[in-house]
Amino acid sequence: MIISILIIPLLGGIILLLSSKRPRWHFTVNFLVSSASLIAAVIVLTQTVSGRILTLQIGNWPAPFGITLVADLLSSVMVLLTAIIGWAVAIYANKYVNAHQAGEGFFALMQLMLFGIYGAFLTGDMFNLYVWFEVLLIASFSLMTLGSTSRQTEGAFKYVLLNLVASAFFLVGIGLLYGVAGTLNMADLARKAAMMENTIVLQTVALIFMVSFGIKAAVFPLYFWLPASYHTAPIPVAAIFAGLLTKVGVYALIRVFSLIFIHDTNFTHTILLIVAGLTMLSGVIGAAAQNDFRRILSFHIISQIGYMIMGLALFTPLAVAGAVFYIIHHIIVKSNLFLIAGIVERIHGSFDVSRLGDVYKKWPLLALLFFIPAFSLAGIPPLSGFWAKLTVIKAGLDIRQFAIVFVALGVGLLTIFSMTKIWAQVFWKEQPITKEHRNTGNNPVWMELIPVAFLALLTIIIGLLAGPVFEISNRAAEQLLNHKPYIEAVLGGGR
Amino acid sequence: MRSLILNTALRFIAPIMFLFSFFLLVRGHNNPGGGFIAGLVAAAAITLYTLSSGVSYGRRLLQIDARLLTGSGLLLALISGIPAITSGQSFMTGLWLEKTIIVIGKLGTPILFDAGVFMVVLGITSNIIFELMEHN
Repeated sequence: MIISILIIPLLGGIILLLSSKRPRWHFTVNFLVSSASLIAAVIVLTQTVSGRILTLQIGNWPAPFGITLVADLLSSVMVLLTAIIGWAVAIYANKYVNAHQAGEGFFALMQLMLFGIYGAFLTGDMFNLYVWFEVLLIASFSLMTLGSTSRQTEGAFKYVLLNLVASAFFLVGIGLLYGVAGTLNMADLARKAAMMENTIVLQTVALIFMVSFGIKAAVFPLYFWLPASYHTAPIPVAAIFAGLLTKVGVYALIRVFSLIFIHDTNFTHTILLIVAGLTMLSGVIGAAAQNDFRRILSFHIISQIGYMIMGLALFTPLAVAGAVFYIIHHIIVKSNLFLIAGIVERIHGSFDVSRLGDVYKKWPLLALLFFIPAFSLAGIPPLSGFWAKLTVIKAGLDIRQFAIVFVALGVGLLTIFSMTKIWAQVFWKEQPITKEHRNTGNNPVWMELIPVAFLALLTIIIGLLAGPVFEISNRAAEQLLNHKPYIEAVLGGGR
Repeated sequence: MRSLILNTALRFIAPIMFLFSFFLLVRGHNNPGGGFIAGLVAAAAITLYTLSSGVSYGRRLLQIDARLLTGSGLLLALISGIPAITSGQSFMTGLWLEKTIIVIGKLGTPILFDAGVFMVVLGITSNIIFELMEHN
């Protein structure tokens, strides 16, 4: 069953690649492929939600030697979230991708990027994780430069360079790890790392991985590439980047720092905790200085990632569950905000908040759809962000880490300030009339409102059904902290 | 920049390169070689020919559109994993025919996969060369 998650987007990407002469069909094909992925992801989640761990040994090579795919609860949840965002963007993209871009391979690259993201979430092998990173990065490089304006090229250049540095670090780390442990299978590594006596090399590797995944996840002080590049990509691409790509880094951090590098949590997780606090602060302060709709949102990605890292760094079952909950909440909300920014731009022809205005008066429905994810992000109850923040803060209070709790609460307040700024400037304020700037005269269409409404609805559902969602996060956290079933599922040779 | 020496030499070298790339492709499963390196050798032949005669001749030598070649290669590589699923085994498990064939040896799904990789590498490399030379 796991393999269908990977085969569907790959097959879709190939079909789209082969039919580049018929770009008019691409939208429909892409939508069907995304729907199929969504169905497959739901099926996998229903199989793993009870705590079962699905594994697949590619090519029938037994576990520590071959490539293993593992779907535990965290992986399945991440896969489902990816499928949801892919599906929503597949509908949304109709208005934003013209036949020319489709012919250049927009949808094919999108499916191949999703293929890479699914692979990164499902793999059970460190080197294979590196390969999946490369798959999704190469597709994302091309997506980012599609259109090739000079601003895009500049943004993409920073993005490519920093990510290549991260990959190089990752590769060095993998080499060292293989040198000390003699294996790269994650389950086997967990087993061997727990028995290792000399942990100095292991600690070095842990720090190298922290830098590598830290760049990809955009944590302090390695985040500067993100606000410099995300706002240059086309909006449907930016929405996927914002929701998913940094979360691949966060996922990798959670995976290795809960499974492999846990021999000296006083050392590694304290660094993570400090990094988390600084990430939150610098992200939210950076956002306050911005005037571009997308750049404000980009900086908020950074500050929100701080909360997830905080959950991982506190490293109690509740805290890790909070981190998982936070990821679930954040992916849906953040992609949605980018999609809305795209709609506003299409109507008003600008991303600059000082030039925008009057959206509430003209399009109250759009304003409502913005209100839900924006104030969920800020942590207003009963929306999903409130429960996510509550969980990590409660976890911090439980183990008396008051400093980080204080930072988290302060950043929450500043986030409300930032969201209110967008709300007041873009939606409430009267639009200033200037000569050089005119509205485009476009109206929002259903094709773009439906995915936005769908994601907003999901935000509300997560908020109202916080209990069941928290229960899933909790089980995922239990699986992360209790390695025995994971190791047995992978090395026991079950299918 | 047409070079008589390169042009003449290629008439002999290019066929040998293609033959050698085919040789690398089929021996790849157990010996040094395989789809990737074979694809590179074939792409090198295409590149040399393009350098000596021009992009339009290079495209004609490749016979099919480079993008199409890449896509079909990916498809072939993906298909090579399917027989294992239908026979109830794990994806990508190598399945072999009983009989051996002269020169090629044993036939099985891995050679299908290698052929796919060959097409992808050849397609992408020639596409990059064509694009770069056209923009020059």
